Amino acid sequence: MWKWLHPYANPETSYQLAGRLQPWFTGLSAVLLLIGLVWALAFAPADYQQGDSFRIFYIHVPAAILSMGLYTSMAIIAFTGLVWQLKLADASTAALAPIGAVFTAIALFTGAAWGKPMWGTWWIWDARLTSELILLFLYLGVIALHNAFEDKALAGKAAGILAIVGVVNVPIIHYSVEWWNTLHQGATVTKFGRPAMAPEMYWPFLLCLFGFAFMTAAIVCMRFRTEVLARNAMRPWVRALALQASESQEAK
Amino acid sequence: MNPRRKKRLTIITSVISGVAIVAGLVLYALSQNIDLFYMPSEVHSGKQDTGVKAQVGQRLRIGGLVVPGSIERDADSLKVSFKLADMKTPISFSDDEPTVTVKYDGILPDLFREGQGIVANGTLTNGNIINASEVLAKHDENYMPKELADSAKEKHGGGGYGSGK
Repeated sequence: MWKWLHPYANPETSYQLAGRLQPWFTGLSAVLLLIGLVWALAFAPADYQQGDSFRIFYIHVPAAILSMGLYTSMAIIAFTGLVWQLKLADASTAALAPIGAVFTAIALFTGAAWGKPMWGTWWIWDARLTSELILLFLYLGVIALHNAFEDKALAGKAAGILAIVGVVNVPIIHYSVEWWNTLHQGATVTKFGRPAMAPEMYWPFLLCLFGFAFMTAAIVCMRFRTEVLARNAMRPWVRALALQASESQEAK
Repeated sequence: MNPRRKKRLTIITSVISGVAIVAGLVLYALSQNIDLFYMPSEVHSGKQDTGVKAQVGQRLRIGGLVVPGSIERDADSLKVSFKLADMKTPISFSDDEPTVTVKYDGILPDLFREGQGIVANGTLTNGNIINASEVLAKHDENYMPKELADSAKEKHGGGGYGSGK
């Protein structure tokens, strides 16, 4: 496996791999999101208790899952980056953090918009909502640290340490609804056994979840490529790439 | 693995486990303060783990299920009072379980109904009565279309918080 992974420690190889994968991710996410969102918002049956208001579930839950998933991946990448001193790890965490922060903000915002009509309040300091808010601050901290130092390697190290330490919050978010009594209901998607959600409501959710996941992957590829270019601007291969691009621009 | 990497791996792993242990202990120590609400049985006999009882006059949140048949509405104002019993699955009510009476003057959330999970914020007064200033609805994690909910109710006599219509 190491032999297979080794070439991708080279910025140029990873840059090209990300470029090759990106259109596939974009296409898949467009198809899945189109089908999933139309199905979810227009055709899935309304909930017996909440009526049509429950449809915000199809945005809220994927955003929340991705906010936690992205943080975990960011922490794992930061961990490998610190232990094996991979330069590309810094570029990846810098690429991931703003996307995760946006998903966290979306989860908090849609949650508030859902909570007002259903619970009767925009916000309550229960364990789930508070720990998710802390996740947003952790993301903002990682972004801030990436931009706090002139030296990109030093900045990446500082941000990586914060990302690793903050990962403690992720299981707290997930289990907050089981460990403490909260206004937020328990987990629907990961609950096995009893039917937490009717199948005709669950399928469009899966499409939306994977649609958003592939959209994230496409944006990650895009951001990763720009980060790699910015960090290797002085390398010959980046100069050759820039020269090539400007020539083809002139030819037009 | 070369020794430098091994050293870094050890340092980082021990930092993570240290932080995790600290976070775990802090959360454990704070556990009763992180709980959003008291349950009716806890108002009667104290918190489950610590046995700490709520004082009369204390502001607290109470969470429970609205006991069917206990809702009394005032004829010419928004005043309402209802009894709360402990939340449990599957939903069931018995006559001898501890309940707390909530008095509230205001607009109830749309999801408010008999058998619904409710979280109320207010002051505890004598006789396990709570004068609530805010009533919030708590719904469960189950979602289903209306037809399915109706047929489930016929088969099992209900499931989910909305069963006691």
